[in-house]
Amino acid sequence: MTYRSRDLLALEPLTADELSFLLDQSKSFQEIQRHPLKKLATLRGKTVALAFFENSTRTRISFGTAASRLGADTMNLQAEASSLKKGESLLDTVHTLDAMKPDCLVMRHSASGAPEFVARHLEIPVINAGDGTHEHPSQGLLDALTIRDRKGTIRNLNITILGDIKHSRVARSNIHLLGKFGCRFTLCGPAMWVPRELEEIGARAGTKIRRVFRIEEALEDADVVLALRVQSERLHEPALSLADYILLYQLSAERLKHAKAEAIVLHPGPLNRGVEITPEVADSAQSCILEQVTNGIAVRMALLFLLMTAGDGDATHPSSETKAAERPQAPMNRRATDAKSESKSDVNEVKDPTHAAR
Amino acid sequence: MLLVKNGRVLDPATKTDEILDVLLDGERVADVAASGKIPANGTEVFDATGMIVAPGFIDIHAHLREPGQENSETIETGTRSAARGGFTAVCCMPNTKPVNDNASVTRFILDRAKSSASVRVWPIGAASVGSKGEAIAEIAAMKQAGAVAVSDDGKPIATAKLARQVMDYCRSLDIPVIEHAEDVSLAAGAVMREGVTSTRLGLAGMPAAAESVCVARDVQLVDLTGARLHIAHLSTKGSLEQVRAAKHQGLRVTCEVTPHHFTLIDEDVQYDSRYKMNPPLAAREDREALLAGLAEGTVDAIATDHAPHEPALKDVEFDRAPFGILGFETALALSLEQLVHTGRISLMRLVELFTTGPARVLGIERKLAKGQAADVTIFSTEHSWTYSAGDSPSKSRNSPFDKRAFRGAPMATIVAGRIVYKH
Repeated sequence: MTYRSRDLLALEPLTADELSFLLDQSKSFQEIQRHPLKKLATLRGKTVALAFFENSTRTRISFGTAASRLGADTMNLQAEASSLKKGESLLDTVHTLDAMKPDCLVMRHSASGAPEFVARHLEIPVINAGDGTHEHPSQGLLDALTIRDRKGTIRNLNITILGDIKHSRVARSNIHLLGKFGCRFTLCGPAMWVPRELEEIGARAGTKIRRVFRIEEALEDADVVLALRVQSERLHEPALSLADYILLYQLSAERLKHAKAEAIVLHPGPLNRGVEITPEVADSAQSCILEQVTNGIAVRMALLFLLMTAGDGDATHPSSETKAAERPQAPMNRRATDAKSESKSDVNEVKDPTHAAR
Repeated sequence: MLLVKNGRVLDPATKTDEILDVLLDGERVADVAASGKIPANGTEVFDATGMIVAPGFIDIHAHLREPGQENSETIETGTRSAARGGFTAVCCMPNTKPVNDNASVTRFILDRAKSSASVRVWPIGAASVGSKGEAIAEIAAMKQAGAVAVSDDGKPIATAKLARQVMDYCRSLDIPVIEHAEDVSLAAGAVMREGVTSTRLGLAGMPAAAESVCVARDVQLVDLTGARLHIAHLSTKGSLEQVRAAKHQGLRVTCEVTPHHFTLIDEDVQYDSRYKMNPPLAAREDREALLAGLAEGTVDAIATDHAPHEPALKDVEFDRAPFGILGFETALALSLEQLVHTGRISLMRLVELFTTGPARVLGIERKLAKGQAADVTIFSTEHSWTYSAGDSPSKSRNSPFDKRAFRGAPMATIVAGRIVYKH
């Protein structure tokens, strides 16, 4: 099994086999995160363009770190979508970036579908780092990886998602991924934030999805609880009382007792401590919040590795690189081998051994 | 003089359906007679053998973008596209820049049409000043200058109070009010229809009620005022039911449906702004209801809502793209494909939806008879062709039907006795 698409735009169209493959690939990069020397040379000479048209700290840093741990350089573009209104169109901005010859574009945008739209116009791989209220594929993968580590499997689990599901790209990516492994979903939150259409979407995909409006009932038998960040005010939507939200839906230790004893808690961050989740739960042994962050880098390294070496002929499994990490002097060899299949500009670099040093 | 020979004349006004010759003399129809009865005598002849000859098609809803947005369309390019689509008259909506809310702009449009248009241009004036929903526009002056109806299209008449007053006033002026029915608070921020697809794509959706809530308001106000109300681009089952009920009640309420709403549904929407229009593509059951309404007679007209936007405006993120798609050149072919070839309606009914239907809404006559306007649409129900937006005389390219193969097409468009488009 391999991953055949040029881009990673959404998890919805991927098969269970493809998703398993991506998770397995991430596994080997997880080991690197535990190593004192984390930098590889796999993508040396390559450049990742990070284009964040919407505010993001953790995802941008995570992708940037993933790129740098693979030895790639990064180009950063940070622009509020609104500032683009004044001048350049998205396509012009992206074509300008592309003209600087990056090897991959990682893109976040407030408009759903913007990465897909951009990908239609570019030759290089595009990774969706979160688009509007559509999907956040790398978050879906890192959540699944985290669950698999803790639970030993991602098959047939009871997953409860709490909060503003309507506007959550994280919820959608989780449903599309875990649904393909037989997981059952209980969605719980203020009714206007839990679209009834999701039940129909689940039914069409063969995934059991139900809406429940009492948190105690929603947590019953849960293996995994995913608490979403609550944003009480949104453009075009009437605000909801935070006091009401806390009263009805805050994930507290008391409420968590309704879930299975070994249930785990995930949150995509950033946390609103004391709103959607109590500090006690966030810091408990059941919480996986910091593991999610670490796994984020592993997943993103796997994605960059797969998509950026797809055209390089026999892109080898990164395990050889893991060994390289143990032998700081070794990457030179790997570097020279790589250069054979790469472009001319890279060959020049190889002559200078300092470039290969970590 | 132009002699259209051997065509199958379909005229809903006179219930004619036979092979006839039609002689046009400048502005007027000179004669309609059995095939071969009119001597050619050296006049120009159009051989319509195997074709349908109908009264000139009227598009009661289009955007020609002039004045103000000439990068997207002009009266010249838009009407050339309309002629290709078989339309002999186009009603242009007032949301130009500046808005057609006064007689000067109405006259400007008509002057431009006189010097550059391929087909007749019938301006629709704004209902309120600047279509801002505050003061009532100079409707009488615009009517005198040539406006055929009023509308704040692009948005609804802002308040029930204003709608009521516009209706009262327009009743006294005997001019129809065309409503873009939308509850703007329900539709705020939405870029497509709310449903499974909008939820999957993460695109903000407006519920069907965004349209029908406004239709309900307006029907109540027609009951109050006795005005002639026409619902533009009606797209939902709920709205249609209300128009049907209003008609049964004897209220003067009419409606139009666009080819894209009876052809596509929300499930067809992709992250491609050629699928973004307002009202948005509706649910499967809405489309079924529209098809039924077209067949049973509740729907009065097929209108294109031709809404050109230059590529620079449309080739952006779905959220940021303006609403609207091209319509003239695919309207007849889509209608044949969806309505006639499927056996849902007769050819006579199809012609009615493009001719006497919209004419009734405007309060004018449309028929192919001696002394009538020499506007004729000649089309084939069988001609196979493929639409290419790139080949359109329109300045814009925003059609979801680009590269679609069709059976049936306009073969000639005749305005005032002159062939303005020939296949």
